[in-house]
Amino acid sequence: MADRAQPLGPGGWAGVAGAAAIPVLILACTGALVWRAEPGSGLSPSDWAAIRFTLWQAVLSAVLSVGLAIPVARALSRRRFVGRGALVTLLGAPFLLPVIVAVFGLIAIFGRNGLLNGALALAGLPAVSVYGLHGVVLAHVFFNIPLATRLILQGWQEIPAERFRLAATLDMDAGAVARHLERPMLLSVVPGAAVVVFVLCLTSFAVALTLGGGPRATTVELAIYQAVRFEFDLSRAALLSLVQLGLTVTVALLAFRSVGSTDLAAGLDRPADRWEARTRILRAQDAGVILVATLFLILPIGAVILRGVMEVPSLPQSVWTSALRSLAVAGASTVLVTALALTMAVAAVRLGARGGWIEAAGLTAIAASPLVIGTGLFLLVFPFANPERLALPVTALVNAISTLPFALRALIPALRRVEADFGRLADSLDLQGWSRMRVLILPRLSRPLGFSAGLAAALSMGDLGVVALFADPEAATLPLQVYRLMGSYRMDEAAGASVLLLGLSFAAFWAFDRGARRAEA
Amino acid sequence: MLRLEGVEFARGGFRLAADISVPSGITAVIGPSGGGKSTLLSLIAGFEVPDRGRVLWDRRDLGPLAPGARLVAVLFQDNNLFPHLDVLANVALGLAPRTRPTSEDVSRARAALERVGLTGFEDRRPGALSGGQQSRAALARVLLTDRPVVLMDEAFSALGPALRGEMLDLVRDLLPDATILMVTHDPDDALRVAQQVIFVEEGRVAPPVPTKAFFDAPSEAVRRYLE
Repeated sequence: MADRAQPLGPGGWAGVAGAAAIPVLILACTGALVWRAEPGSGLSPSDWAAIRFTLWQAVLSAVLSVGLAIPVARALSRRRFVGRGALVTLLGAPFLLPVIVAVFGLIAIFGRNGLLNGALALAGLPAVSVYGLHGVVLAHVFFNIPLATRLILQGWQEIPAERFRLAATLDMDAGAVARHLERPMLLSVVPGAAVVVFVLCLTSFAVALTLGGGPRATTVELAIYQAVRFEFDLSRAALLSLVQLGLTVTVALLAFRSVGSTDLAAGLDRPADRWEARTRILRAQDAGVILVATLFLILPIGAVILRGVMEVPSLPQSVWTSALRSLAVAGASTVLVTALALTMAVAAVRLGARGGWIEAAGLTAIAASPLVIGTGLFLLVFPFANPERLALPVTALVNAISTLPFALRALIPALRRVEADFGRLADSLDLQGWSRMRVLILPRLSRPLGFSAGLAAALSMGDLGVVALFADPEAATLPLQVYRLMGSYRMDEAAGASVLLLGLSFAAFWAFDRGARRAEA
Repeated sequence: MLRLEGVEFARGGFRLAADISVPSGITAVIGPSGGGKSTLLSLIAGFEVPDRGRVLWDRRDLGPLAPGARLVAVLFQDNNLFPHLDVLANVALGLAPRTRPTSEDVSRARAALERVGLTGFEDRRPGALSGGQQSRAALARVLLTDRPVVLMDEAFSALGPALRGEMLDLVRDLLPDATILMVTHDPDDALRVAQQVIFVEEGRVAPPVPTKAFFDAPSEAVRRYLE
């Protein structure tokens, strides 16, 4: 049933058009980059340094994130304790956390005047710096330990419960269970998780912008930004963008496939019964791992909130105005993502086996990093208009394109199930077009739609990427405003604005996600 | 003798009560789905712990013992073999679950494979075996562990009728002294190999009844289930 092609209808045609528009847009951007790049000039030694640094920090971040996530996932997979569910939920939170807020928190803990250096000074040890390679890797590890933990925890929970029972009846100890059950699972799960983290770290512009910089800690994306903003060398920016595109395209599609089965909203709340781990040493080890991981995740955000929450009422007007701007951008991006994802899902399901390209079209956005698309758009509009005046619409558009793959991943399988279960009934009642949408599709899809909309709103709200490239000093979004306040050492205001941004991002996700769940119930 | 003494167990609305003795030989466990057959086996294996009462083997309380220390072997419906190990390594786990098997362990594993008719399949992975061959490999491991109690939770239910009968005969012939509890949905399985039958319905575990009497003169509840 689901494999048979059906008439597209107006919604389906809109989805086909949307799906076609995305690769066209990305190709147009790439074309602009090729047109402006002057290959004759070649890559300078500093460009090569940027490429090396980009790859090296991504490798380090991936290895450390995944390596540290394994013991956390193992502890979570074999322990029941009060607050376990809350902790697993917390592991999903960094995905929605605005990068600039996390960076502010990491500086509060690991920065020059932070908790860590305070403790080191008391012990008479030299201070460590949070900038440069350390800082970039630290921030990436902070963001990606939770993601890697969720991916690996899922692997643990997919080991059939009978295997653990079999291991128990055979009287295996923890070492034998590790050899026969856990290592084979890790061998199949860990490479995928590491590739995902690697790709995310290749394209995390905001972290490099805030904690990197200088000749020894500049990523390719940061070099693009500097070429556009400071040197106004558009041909160099274009050339670097093509380099970045080459880097991401080679690994990104591969990565998305390996994370494909992961449902970000999946419940990971039932630990398997384990017998071999009931020893005092393993209990203490797991408790310690869980405690340290929780502190590492909570302390930076707690520091931001403590420092900033009292500052919120006294924030200057400019911060409130930028918050409104961010709400408008997030709202536009959310509408765009929802409309595109829904119509594309309808088209993909209606086309049956011939609809595979629809989702693939959505995925091309992952291959091109938002900053590269942004640079291409900058080159495209520059001859005709002042890019600063288009900063907000372009930000909304690029945010929407980069959230679209996640929305499609949530919507297409869900819609396929709906059509398989109720499609014949709807056909027999002659529910077509808008009435089918209203009676069948929208109510049955409310959960994935709410999740997608919440994700789009939160990611767009916290995004510090393209907007920095186009930025009009008079029209900053809230994340950009926080960045500028930090840059001018107005730390109290930056803390207050961070708390506001944090609150708005999570409130936006919560409102859509919970709202949809309630509507369904 | 295996004995469940005043055992009571409750989980989220489901309750099970059992006060029975199970003699050696093959005992079929029969009853409607969700009635508590698998829970009964889990309580004996140690995967679940009773809220009240005791599980005894030769008057020894198994309560404080982990599943691996209980002298109980289990055959599940699936997942009896580790997919990344070859057949020989899977079987040898019965002797050396925590360490590398010694050469003596390996030759005993080969001998067990021979007894179940799997000579020549030692270095195959479970994925390359048919369902019947997988069951034989798992049975070979049970032979090696040499535990007095064997629990089979619909172990052969994925096999066709002829193959299933063959496997049941093999179990009967190779494990003549064990106390075997066999959950099954098919009365023919019980008629073929079981000396007695335990009927489990809605969390009530009836004492074992000789197989012939069970089917020739069924109680009211058994008749309702069988028809």
